[in-house]
Amino acid sequence: MDPIIRVHSVSKSYWRDSFEIPVLNNISFDVPGGEFLALMGPSGSGKTTLLNLIAGIDRPDKGSLHVAGTDIATLNESRLAKWRSTHIGFIFQFYNLIPVLTAYENVELPLLLTSLSKQERRRHVETALTVVGLQDRMRHYPKQLSGGQEQRVAIARAITTDPTLLVADEPTGDLDKRSADEILTLLDRLNKEFKKTIVMVTHDPRAAEKAHVVRHLDKGEFSQN
Amino acid sequence: MKIPLTYILRNLVTRRLTTGITVLGVALVVFVFAAVLMMAYGVQRTLILTGSDENVLISRKASNGEISSIIDRETASIILTLPHIARTPEGAPIASSEPVVVINLNKVDGGISNVTVRGVSLQAFALRPQVRLKSGRMFNWGARELVAGSAIERRFAGSKIGDKVRFAGDEWTIVGTVDAGGAGFDSEVWGDSNQLLDAFNRTAYSTITFKLDRPDAYRDFVAAFEREPRLQQFEPKTERRYFEEQSELMAMFIRVLGIFITVIFSAGATIGAMITMYAAVANRTVEVGTLRALGFRRRSVLAAFLTESLLLSGIGGGVGLLFASSLQFFTVSTLNFGSFAELEFSFALSPTIALSSLLFALVMGLLGGFLPSVRAARLNIVNALRSS
Ligand SMILES: Nc1ncnc2c1ncn2[C@@H]1O[C@H](COP(=O)(O)OP(=O)(O)O)[C@@H](O)[C@H]1O
Ligand SMILES: [Mg+2]
Repeated sequence: MDPIIRVHSVSKSYWRDSFEIPVLNNISFDVPGGEFLALMGPSGSGKTTLLNLIAGIDRPDKGSLHVAGTDIATLNESRLAKWRSTHIGFIFQFYNLIPVLTAYENVELPLLLTSLSKQERRRHVETALTVVGLQDRMRHYPKQLSGGQEQRVAIARAITTDPTLLVADEPTGDLDKRSADEILTLLDRLNKEFKKTIVMVTHDPRAAEKAHVVRHLDKGEFSQN
Repeated sequence: MKIPLTYILRNLVTRRLTTGITVLGVALVVFVFAAVLMMAYGVQRTLILTGSDENVLISRKASNGEISSIIDRETASIILTLPHIARTPEGAPIASSEPVVVINLNKVDGGISNVTVRGVSLQAFALRPQVRLKSGRMFNWGARELVAGSAIERRFAGSKIGDKVRFAGDEWTIVGTVDAGGAGFDSEVWGDSNQLLDAFNRTAYSTITFKLDRPDAYRDFVAAFEREPRLQQFEPKTERRYFEEQSELMAMFIRVLGIFITVIFSAGATIGAMITMYAAVANRTVEVGTLRALGFRRRSVLAAFLTESLLLSGIGGGVGLLFASSLQFFTVSTLNFGSFAELEFSFALSPTIALSSLLFALVMGLLGGFLPSVRAARLNIVNALRSS
């Protein structure tokens, strides 16, 4: 079976004024379907940048990115947007829920980009919120939820379209130990039970324990340990 | 594909204060804008209401008002022999040969202003049945007596029944009040045409107004009028058209001045909306990044912020218009440049005014919201997400 992610010779720099800041240096690796990959490394080593490239919200300077069967570095902006909405579920460190929308409406948001009817969307939202154990909090606004609950709503939002790949950038970075454990258990379950491929950036060694594979980035390159 | 309207509405509700202030700014400008147009239209409507389409008014060509028009007695009698003039069963033409002058009277709330005094002939009330005696009695023909329009009675000192007014070297007694249903005649004083000519030592009238024998006889009358060589220096118009023209100068002046001022004001409200929307974009940068990551397009973001701005200004427009519409219950009085005399009128709202006010508000929203919305749409996803 083809890998779900194939990163080949990818380099990426940012420019600040006229200074080039090299962030990723000729990175290559594959992720097979169903894997739970943890990306670790010191702050500033390029983890988020790599994750953003895989998720199709940033573009590499060099190299190719095949994700979910598509050469995403070649897609134009609107095709890439469409591709993200079908293949990627995003989980952020600070949850990034829309504060003026209820849990239900937040989870429904990515479904508005599909052709599903209102009833079908309702079914999807309810299923996703049940998976994360928040079916009784549908009408709550983010403000009315704890951090752990907010992150679970965000996870429901990430899985409601049944994407190929979940990308999580320090999903437990803003949570206390107990909530962090809940989130990690949930991600583990999504991986095992629902066969979701997960790429997770983390600083937390306990988070990395849940992963099958741990890769360490240092100064834009993978290091061996 | 669209960012839901609930998202836009709830954002407006969430930042109540800035929303309120922005709405208020737009509302204020729209209020002034609508008020000015309502004022101009009020003047126009009052004067349009004054004249009838079935009456024809003859004035001297190139005179720019009744007071500067002169029709001598000989010409008057030529005019009254023309065809298509309605007649009483006794055969008298339903016409009024009228000297029109302006006099000065003291206003109730201080100051002096010009008042139109119209000398009328016997048939004047058959000619203008909308003018009715409200109180007191009609002036006697052959006496130095006057009846005052209801607006004159309200607004000028010494114009009550029994009061005496001095002009043309004589004393005139007000014996009654007439009501013309809100038309320009309410702002006039009427007396016997011959008494007025006599007092002013005049031999010529200002204008002649008569009723057509058929409502649609105007064209035929004009044809007959133009065939008469002795009438070359005079021109006929329907009474309505004539008075409407008297309103044009004033209405135009109010409109131009008013729109000039409100356009300047509107820059303020537009900048207000722009600041509000820039703040909204800045506060919601991460949200925009998130929406874009989820797959919403730049143009959906643009549409969402533009809609938000248009809603803000639309609500402001509605509020401003609502307040302006209550002005309809107010009447004001001012000097009409068209007739050089005081004219009472009320603010009048028309569908066109309502529509242009709302459109004006939306234009402010569009101009104010455009740049911020473009900024939101142009945000780079990664940078937007990093700004948390
Ligand atoms: N948009 C950007 N502009 C300039 N520099 C950036 C930008 N994004 C990231 N960087 C720089 O790239 C490097 C790697 O960033 P990042 O991928 O966020 O690291 P990590 O997630 O491993 O902490 C950092 O030095 C960061 O300052
Ligand atoms: Mg990072």
